[in-house]
Amino acid sequence: MTPADVDAKIRTLIEPFNKKGVAIEDATTFAGDLEFDSLTVMDFVAEIEDEFDVIISMNQQAEIENWGQLVAAVHKLQDS
Amino acid sequence: MATAMTETLTAAEPVDLLAKFDPIIQTREQLLAAGVEDPFNLVMEQVLSPPRAICNGRDTILLGTYNYMGMTFDPDVIAAGQAAMQDFGAGTTGSRVLNGTFRDHRDVETALREFYAMDHAMVFSTGYQANLGIISTLAGKGDYIILDIDSHASIWDGCAMGNAEVVPFKHNDVEALEKRLKRVPEGAGKLVVLEGVYSMMGDVAPLKEMVRISKAHGAMVLVDEAHSMGFIGEHGRGVAEDQGVIDDVDFIIGTFSKSVGTVGGFCVSNHPKFEVLRLVCRPYVFTAALPPSVMASSATSIRKLMHGGNKRAHLWENSRTLHGGLRALGFQLGTETPQSAIIAVIMPDLEKGAMMWEALLKEGLYVNLARPPATPAGMTLLRCSLCAEHSAEQVQTILGMFERAGKAIGIV
Repeated sequence: MTPADVDAKIRTLIEPFNKKGVAIEDATTFAGDLEFDSLTVMDFVAEIEDEFDVIISMNQQAEIENWGQLVAAVHKLQDS
Repeated sequence: MATAMTETLTAAEPVDLLAKFDPIIQTREQLLAAGVEDPFNLVMEQVLSPPRAICNGRDTILLGTYNYMGMTFDPDVIAAGQAAMQDFGAGTTGSRVLNGTFRDHRDVETALREFYAMDHAMVFSTGYQANLGIISTLAGKGDYIILDIDSHASIWDGCAMGNAEVVPFKHNDVEALEKRLKRVPEGAGKLVVLEGVYSMMGDVAPLKEMVRISKAHGAMVLVDEAHSMGFIGEHGRGVAEDQGVIDDVDFIIGTFSKSVGTVGGFCVSNHPKFEVLRLVCRPYVFTAALPPSVMASSATSIRKLMHGGNKRAHLWENSRTLHGGLRALGFQLGTETPQSAIIAVIMPDLEKGAMMWEALLKEGLYVNLARPPATPAGMTLLRCSLCAEHSAEQVQTILGMFERAGKAIGIV
């Protein structure tokens, strides 16, 4: 999958979690802009993990603050 | 030059490192301004028996102490502690690996080996330190810890202290655990961390399936049985024993501050290399060993718990009566059925929860007020933990108190 494909796929996955319909750009942050709490993060991460058959450990999650970083990380993970 | 330095130093605006806690200070002030007694500042002025004390000036039934088996006032437990304090002094002033291992530290580890029928036992100064030490030491760089999202703070802190990759899964979800186990890179070490009873809701884990799946994927399994020791399972060894999988559990973590009635934590195991952990586990090495009196009391208590069948039956009776009674009154509970000695009453919000907590205290009943972040899903809970020393009449009294307080606050 190309980064664009990964982006498109995660965009459909985030829809049910993006309750306020925040416009998502690379710099959109999960904690700040999207107001994700820890349980939402867990559910959202689980969706991505299942879709791409990868593990995103909490150590890796700590490095991911915004959308662009998430897409890049998932692209790298599913590639390896 | 010196003058310039001084100027720079005096001109710098100090950053208050406590400012980040302002939201917590505000929440607390709002709560207290509403006239509620401080739920986190209760003083037991006098303890009359395991389930009864004078709290904030009132004669109070204790329903939130985790003193499940009521061993705190057992005459043999007290006598053993008194004798050890007389003979060995008030404290150890040393680490277990230096001058802090006394006769009774060895004896309590023997008592634990007998209790669990396992080869090795290691005693820590608290249950918190047992999880902190064992988890951070077992799982190192490149290893994976797979744990339930609702794990106790001491488990999370053990993860944070180590260098392993940390992968949580949805609470008690067998399928979610299995998916994650499958995705761990081949050859990596895996530690699955589970609890027998989860202390917030009082629910039991499906250990039978979880342990089987973990073993099938080559993982080692650690189960925290803090809230089950002494009354769940045929010999009181916990949920893993009850569900028939204790032989497949690599490490059991437990505490003395619940059923045993003292303080301290432990890990028991059959792993042939277990003893090396005494040398490499920092929360074991770099802290003082517990006082000999605590060790002697604990050893006596553990051996008495091996023969506590009647007390255990009464504790279950109490749990069933309280669970059924609260449900009949219309309270929303954490579990459909009584699964442990913890019954969580779900409150609509923190404000109502604090009001209910205070109303109960004024009735003469102490329960735990539990709130985020300690609770799952941002819930406010009134957590009740029963004691084998609560009489059947006391449980009825407790139900009456819940009914009056619940009606006064408008929850039922």
